[in-house]
Amino acid sequence: MLFNRYRRGLFITSFLAAPVILYLVYVISPYAQAFYIAMTDWRGVTATPAFVGLDNFVRLFGDDIFWKAVTHNAALLVLLPLSTIVIALFFAFLLNVGGAQGVTGIRGSKFYRVVFFFPQVLAVAVVAVLFQQVFRPDGSGMLNGPLMALGIKPIGFLSDPDVAFWSVLGVMVWQAVGFYVVLFSAGLASIPRDMFEAAQIDGAGRLSLFFRITLPLLWDTLQVAWVYLGILALDVFAIVWVMTDQHGGPDWSTTVMAAEIYRNAFQYFRFGYASALGVMMFVFIVGFSVLSLRLSRRERIEY
Amino acid sequence: MPTPHISRRELLRGAALVPVAGALAACATPAAKPAASGSAAPVATSAANPFGVDGKKPLEVWIFDGGFGQDYAKNIHQPLFAAKYPEVAIKHNATKEITKVLQPRFAGGNPPEVIDNSGANAMDFGALAQDSQLQDLTPLLDAPSWDDPNVKVRDTIDQAVIDLGTYDGTFSVLGYVNYIFGIWYSQKAFRDNGWEPPKTWDEFLKLCETIKKSGKMAPFTYAGKFPQYLYEPLLTMAAKIGGNEVLVNIDNLEDGAWTSEAMKTSATAWAEIGAKYLLEGTPGLDHVQTQTAQNKYKVAMLPSGSWLENEQKTTTPADFEYGMFPIPDITGSDAMPYGTLHSQPSENFIVPSRSANPQGGMEYLRAMLSKKAAGDFSELVKTVSVVKGAGDGRQLSPGAASATKAFADAGQNVVYYRWQTWYAQLKDEAVAATGELMTGGLKPEAYLERLQKKADDIKKDSSVKKYKR
Repeated sequence: MLFNRYRRGLFITSFLAAPVILYLVYVISPYAQAFYIAMTDWRGVTATPAFVGLDNFVRLFGDDIFWKAVTHNAALLVLLPLSTIVIALFFAFLLNVGGAQGVTGIRGSKFYRVVFFFPQVLAVAVVAVLFQQVFRPDGSGMLNGPLMALGIKPIGFLSDPDVAFWSVLGVMVWQAVGFYVVLFSAGLASIPRDMFEAAQIDGAGRLSLFFRITLPLLWDTLQVAWVYLGILALDVFAIVWVMTDQHGGPDWSTTVMAAEIYRNAFQYFRFGYASALGVMMFVFIVGFSVLSLRLSRRERIEY
Repeated sequence: MPTPHISRRELLRGAALVPVAGALAACATPAAKPAASGSAAPVATSAANPFGVDGKKPLEVWIFDGGFGQDYAKNIHQPLFAAKYPEVAIKHNATKEITKVLQPRFAGGNPPEVIDNSGANAMDFGALAQDSQLQDLTPLLDAPSWDDPNVKVRDTIDQAVIDLGTYDGTFSVLGYVNYIFGIWYSQKAFRDNGWEPPKTWDEFLKLCETIKKSGKMAPFTYAGKFPQYLYEPLLTMAAKIGGNEVLVNIDNLEDGAWTSEAMKTSATAWAEIGAKYLLEGTPGLDHVQTQTAQNKYKVAMLPSGSWLENEQKTTTPADFEYGMFPIPDITGSDAMPYGTLHSQPSENFIVPSRSANPQGGMEYLRAMLSKKAAGDFSELVKTVSVVKGAGDGRQLSPGAASATKAFADAGQNVVYYRWQTWYAQLKDEAVAATGELMTGGLKPEAYLERLQKKADDIKKDSSVKKYKR
């Protein structure tokens, strides 16, 4: 009996071992190594990198481009969740309870639901290349073509350093909204219909339906969305790297932390320094996660 | 139990060990030097066979399959080599991923004999040189040339090839193509409109004004997404104004190298072009888009290199007739005369020192440097090789002919710079800042101060390896 139990434990362990080992070898150990590499001058080719202590971190504090990247991430951290959630909430509300009868969606909501989800289906690289064409600065650009036909000077969506960041934000919001429309729709579906009906009988219009019923009852879902979008804003990479001129330009106007890590590692072959940047990014993301968990816990108590 | 005699645990253990064994094999340090080819039975050297090539040993060649393709190696170079050594088995290979394919061969101690180490995924020359993986090609320079036993190879190629192919004091990389930089235009468009390639900067500005007023096309453009296409003429102009030292100082990270008077004059001149004469939308267009715009006669001139004609061959109208002119005279008292050119050898060939037959590899390079091989190459890929006079009497395409002539006219007045390959961070900053200069976001002084600051930072940064020329 005891032996059988032992056998059973062994059997379970052997199944668990594989994923745990994979996780240790391919996830945890590279993380740990990154902390060590951050304290070396490794350039990616030598077998024996020299230990340089905290040199890379000291250097990092004087790196203007990296701090510029950090401010871009910070701006995204505020703007991306805010705009995505507002737009997605608006659409979800219209699709589910915005109809004339109050508890149905507006006309054609089934069709829109599919359309909103389209961007989510596309790979980020595809979206990036697509928008390079949309943003083209000449008559062949989807946005500038009509503008120029109207006699307006074309806008350098990606080539004007004052505009490029907003183009990146726009594309990120465009791609993210679809998913959150679906998420919020699911949230709305779980709100009992009689709540809406009762409020309507009491004479609530669409506006007060939204602010008095929908918003408070969706608060939990919103928090989840906020955390997801926050992380998306902090580790954004592909859209910037593929879409923008000079990978984060022009003139560093769109660069982000992950792009600087990649640039330092795979273009300058400064793996040690890039790891130090990675450690910084790790600190920022962990900080954000801890903060948002703390805040949301307090919110839940209030609710 | 009569079941197959392999337990679950053994299976798992086996599965776990396979990759480990593979990994160990992969990291194994380079095998001991293969019994050096020469030592077995050295073949006597002679004027006809200066390296002592063993006529029976095979030769493996790897070509970067990029803008020039691989046909030139298969149809021009290898037949020439085979004609002299009919018993040598030549193994031709081509790839776009030089590093991925060949790095393991170096680590394993059996690299091929000849490599065209080019393209975006080329191996780092500095690293190879540091590890003494590159055959010293000085004997090649001192060997008699393929065509004339009385002329050394050294005297048949441009000096820049030797300067730029020298790593840690040893000539070990042979650039084969001569990239010649200048301002490119359509000879047909200029002829039809009565425009003349300008000789002075005033003429250049007047020409821009004329073209702009004509309303037929925009005067000037450059690959706005890649402003390195624009800092090229800017630096060449600065060298023309202030002499070659301007570029040498920049390469050597000297104090105040970027903020010199010559650089100020040049940056100011180009900023004016950026403000007045650019094709609309230039900052957001890449090299293909701007070059295609030129092929469609939407813009008259753009700065580029001698690869342009081959790169654009599918979109160029048959009667377009590419032409190139050098940077015009600027101040009237320029340190270097009219015709001064920026040229840089590229398409870099190496012979790995630990290959089985480095003598054969060097002999292959010697064959490549013959007038016939280089001339056929120039005709096939519409470009200019580093072999002097290889284009003579050839039916070169208009652009290649124009660039060849400009290069011949330049004589000794040829400049180049290396900081952009030595210091990638400085390159990225120059790219970013040049874009700003051309769109008016940076004034010329601020532009140069910004680059000077970056150069100073790199000079101070102990983690960046420094080079000198």
